[in-house]
Amino acid sequence: METFINIGMTHFLILAGIIFTIGVFGIFLNRKNVIVILMSIELMLLAVNINFITFSAYLDDLVGQVFVMFILTVAAAEAAIGLAILVVFFRNKGSIAVEDLSEMKG
Amino acid sequence: MGDLNIMLILPEIFLALTGMGFLMLGVFQGNRSTDVICWSACASFVIAAVLLMEGDWSTQYILNDMLVMDQFAGVMKLLILLGLIASLALSVQYLYQERIARFEYPVLVVFAGIGMMLMVSANNFLSLYMALELQSLALYVLAAFHRNSLRSGEAATKYFILGALSSGMLLFGISLIYGFVGSVDFITVQNTLANLPMIPPGVVVGMVFVLVAMAFKISAVPFHMWTPDVYEGAPTCVTAFFAIVPKIAALGLLMRLLFGPFAPAADQWMQILYFMSIASLVVGSFAAIAQDNIKRLFAYSSIGNMGYALIGIVAGTSQGVGAVIVFLFIYLAMTAGSFSIILFMRRNGIAVEKISDLSGFAKNNPVLAYSMAVLMFSMSGIPPLAGFFGKLFIFQAAIESELYVLATLGILASVVAAYYYLRIIKVMFFDDAADPFDEGMNFGKRVVLLVSMSLVFGFIFYPNTILDGAMIAATSLF
Repeated sequence: METFINIGMTHFLILAGIIFTIGVFGIFLNRKNVIVILMSIELMLLAVNINFITFSAYLDDLVGQVFVMFILTVAAAEAAIGLAILVVFFRNKGSIAVEDLSEMKG
Repeated sequence: MGDLNIMLILPEIFLALTGMGFLMLGVFQGNRSTDVICWSACASFVIAAVLLMEGDWSTQYILNDMLVMDQFAGVMKLLILLGLIASLALSVQYLYQERIARFEYPVLVVFAGIGMMLMVSANNFLSLYMALELQSLALYVLAAFHRNSLRSGEAATKYFILGALSSGMLLFGISLIYGFVGSVDFITVQNTLANLPMIPPGVVVGMVFVLVAMAFKISAVPFHMWTPDVYEGAPTCVTAFFAIVPKIAALGLLMRLLFGPFAPAADQWMQILYFMSIASLVVGSFAAIAQDNIKRLFAYSSIGNMGYALIGIVAGTSQGVGAVIVFLFIYLAMTAGSFSIILFMRRNGIAVEKISDLSGFAKNNPVLAYSMAVLMFSMSGIPPLAGFFGKLFIFQAAIESELYVLATLGILASVVAAYYYLRIIKVMFFDDAADPFDEGMNFGKRVVLLVSMSLVFGFIFYPNTILDGAMIAATSLF
């Protein structure tokens, strides 16, 4: 029986593309909070993971899934360092608003 | 299963072990051991360089094709180790003066160094990503090293956000290349693409993403916006480190990518790099004119210098790559020398970093002022100093590849850039004298300055020896 919605590789890739774009726009359009930027970065990395898993499944190749494991690990380390840097900034400035990142210009 | 060939990455393994040893020492001894760890880290870089030179530099694959060791990787690793030694030797005194002498500093430099050395011998997108992140994560922390400084924190935040963005782009590009080629191995990607009648659009998009990420790392225009802020905000010893070493590693990685897996798509990437090169030259020379902070000036200067290096890459020949290697070597020497003087600029125990603070330097400290003048002449490319030859080889390679427009623009940009280099000399020699800087230049800075000066002066006697060595390294890439 023919299904109503046939989900194929393209759908997964479009989903990943949309999530990645949301992540990039989240970094550039966000004017409020640096934590949101960290979340956007995480969103970008997860979009990449969807891409890798999709390709891995359709190419019938394990490398993509191995790559995802590495990305997840590094993303955790990256988030830890990002938050640590943010804590350092907050202790000096007392704020984590994006507009307060303005000590240096030019 | 191929051969592991583990002996070929002995320098990296040695550095990783010593890095962990330093960490243990730091845990037990605390910050009392900072200077000991700094100088031992310098010594371990020297030992790693010796191990590297003793090793086999013929093209061989390591850890089942994850990494490659060839002449190019050997030369680039040697340059990176030189830069690491110089920047760490410059740092020690500054760390104590600024009261940020914590033992993590040399440890982070060692781990960043391992990442950079692995970057230039990456032979797989997975090892490329891991090496790049090992380097980047250490660098983010280094930028924030002055914990009590607002500017340091802000610089690190900006660097982290844009660095993480570029890693995301890199990964997205890699995922597309993996999907359309079916492999993340450099050799397989290159062979598959070379056998296709045309490069699939998905691969081109992926390649553009990877190139954008690499442009972030080498701070080529239009992805340079983080550079001035990070250079200004980070502690000056970290700025010296940023200006010298990661640029070499990122350019080495870029060249390995462009002449390895992306070589079949040369028509596509050449246009991108052509544009980035022109933009970097223009921004690097014009935006620097308005700066009054010397660290910011050096940020724009490094952007401009990346523009020259990109000319050599766009030339697309082994001659061009050889010219880039020589250019990087000279850039390393000049930048290290200049920063030994910038780090010396302190009044009443406080670091000063305005260009106008240099006024009267020639009267108060003629030896250092003349050294700085020579370095500035060399940077603006005045013969017979080394900086002239770096640019000369690049332009020669560009002319041979019939890139007349790029070569002409490069020469024009270096004329504009000469303005702000000469302005520093004018301030030092002809402006009304200000108070002298604090005395006391330590051993490390003296040695770095001396070596840098002898390279800047001595290059003219051995240009062919160095150029031939770089050419041998460059041919192994093709």
